[in-house]
Amino acid sequence: MFYREAGQFRVSYAEDQRIFPIRQDRYGFVAVLLVAFVGVPLLANEYWFSAILIPFLILSLAALGLNILTGYTGQLSLGTAGFMAVGAFAAFNFAIRIPGLPILAVFMLAGLTAALVGIVFGLPSLRIKGFYLAVATLAAQFFIEWVLTKFGWFSNNNPSGVITAPAMKLFGMFPVDTPMKRYLFTLTIVAVMALLAKNMMRCATGRAFMAVRDMDVAAEVIGIPMLRTKLLAFAISSFYCGVAGALWAFAYLGSVEPQAFTLDRSFQILFMIILGGVGTVLGSFLGAAFIVLLPIFLNNFVHRIVPGLSSDLLSNLELMIFGGLIIFFLAVEPHGLARLWQIGKEKLRLWPFPH
Amino acid sequence: MEFDWPFFFEVLIGGLLAGVMYSLVALGFVLIYKASGVFNFAQGAMVFFAALTFVSLVEKGLNFWLAMAATLAIMVALGVAIERVVLRPLVNQPQITLFMATIGLTFFLEGLSQGMWGAQVHGLELGIKDVPFKVAGISISQFDLFAAGTAAALVAALAVFFQKTRIGRALRAVADDHQAALSVGIPLKHIWAIVWAVAGFVALVAGLLWGSRIGVQFSLTLIALKALPVLILGGFESIPGAIVGGLIIGASEKLAEVYIGSPIGLGIGTGMENWFPYMLALVFLLVRPEGLFGEKHIDRV
Repeated sequence: MFYREAGQFRVSYAEDQRIFPIRQDRYGFVAVLLVAFVGVPLLANEYWFSAILIPFLILSLAALGLNILTGYTGQLSLGTAGFMAVGAFAAFNFAIRIPGLPILAVFMLAGLTAALVGIVFGLPSLRIKGFYLAVATLAAQFFIEWVLTKFGWFSNNNPSGVITAPAMKLFGMFPVDTPMKRYLFTLTIVAVMALLAKNMMRCATGRAFMAVRDMDVAAEVIGIPMLRTKLLAFAISSFYCGVAGALWAFAYLGSVEPQAFTLDRSFQILFMIILGGVGTVLGSFLGAAFIVLLPIFLNNFVHRIVPGLSSDLLSNLELMIFGGLIIFFLAVEPHGLARLWQIGKEKLRLWPFPH
Repeated sequence: MEFDWPFFFEVLIGGLLAGVMYSLVALGFVLIYKASGVFNFAQGAMVFFAALTFVSLVEKGLNFWLAMAATLAIMVALGVAIERVVLRPLVNQPQITLFMATIGLTFFLEGLSQGMWGAQVHGLELGIKDVPFKVAGISISQFDLFAAGTAAALVAALAVFFQKTRIGRALRAVADDHQAALSVGIPLKHIWAIVWAVAGFVALVAGLLWGSRIGVQFSLTLIALKALPVLILGGFESIPGAIVGGLIIGASEKLAEVYIGSPIGLGIGTGMENWFPYMLALVFLLVRPEGLFGEKHIDRV
């Protein structure tokens, strides 16, 4: 009923090509942005900012990065956390070794460093496909972890390998110190990059990615340069993951060690895109919300219904429910939450007269 | 400096024997991938689950063989349950979805085994002493030899099973082409349940050997990560590949640790064994993208 595009005519190319061609979508998008930028800061408390919202946003960004590579280009990667680690440690080194470098430039350089590393580890993708590639990206994951732990230079010779992010100052005068400011800072970066990604996937670049995903031999036959497209996908994806990693260190935790970016993190992000929806921007956010909120919810929920369980058993029970739910969701809707949302929209278009 | 050949051979043989242990784990992966095209990440968790169940049963006072039989029964039941609950609803889904489902399964099994039996480390005695003996000045671990023998026996048994029995033939048919196998009347569901049960058995053997080596503890699940480079080196579809891959990875990992990582050699730092096998496998893949023994796929537009 309230999702009807009847009467909305596109009379110019510009109108035909906009991101949200349907008016309701546009209003919805503005409403979501308003809520995120104005509503949430008014309502949320410190705990929500630093324990839920900031990690959710950062993980969404990382999931978006992985989605560009895996969802849009079809190159399965298990090295996401490794690229996040590169971003985090690069940002740290740029920030302390070049004093006075603006914070946004630090993030940009961190992303570019991650992109370079991504290109190097993306080279094998030209010859290796599918699960072979997935396992090969594990090489990136373990190698990066090892290098960052082993060589003290990366953590400025901190004996335990921990890096402590220096205080952030926007444009040299606005300190980003309170949880709310850090939330807004993260939100701005994530929103801009998500919008960029959404646009990028609609234009020639994204179409080339999708052609490679659907069948790379066919894509090559119709003249899509394989080398450039695959490496570009790795670079862009790693750039997103790198910025996410830098945010993880600077805006979320303040100080991290390489062990914050283990294989478990890579899997966590892979889960986000699978559950959220492979090859959709929205799916990255839905999946991240699901994976971030589920353990918190389970923790409270299990506590509520069976009080007095030992914490040991409780954590194992949570693990079981988590694993079970993942299998359940995959069985019910293999295309993820974004697909559910799409189905819901289709239903609403026709409701209440479905025929 | 004189090159220390006996020491080199000692490292090499130790590595080769350790590689056999990796092969054991990789074997479980290969079985399932061959028959159902599922990349089963839960193999490590299955190894852990099998070993923990076995040890707990023995500690409850069960006889060794009785515990073995009981664990085997549980693993078979688990295989059948996985087929019914996880695989059947996901038929015809892309491989990555099935892969994710097995990661979910990993979490489930880890929670289940620790929830049921507790998280403490158990010792496991198989009655084989881990004392090295010397052959021509090179010391070889008795336990490693035993493990290698077990692996060889297991591979031989599997080879006979695959080549000579009716079920084995059906398994190979399914591995070749699901639809063709279905159309000549091979019951796909049963075959999958059987494969997962066999993989459960392999997991049990691997779990016992690894468990008595490093103790039955949570880190057993991580040996799945050790098996992955073995897999891509040898090829996902090949049982001989798993063995040869294991040998190559095991030997080169130990040699690299000693001669590149440690101060005796180049001394670039210890702890390389986490990533070195992956890098090695990666280099191999650049030359042969389907692994040493994997099937060549020809892409057609």
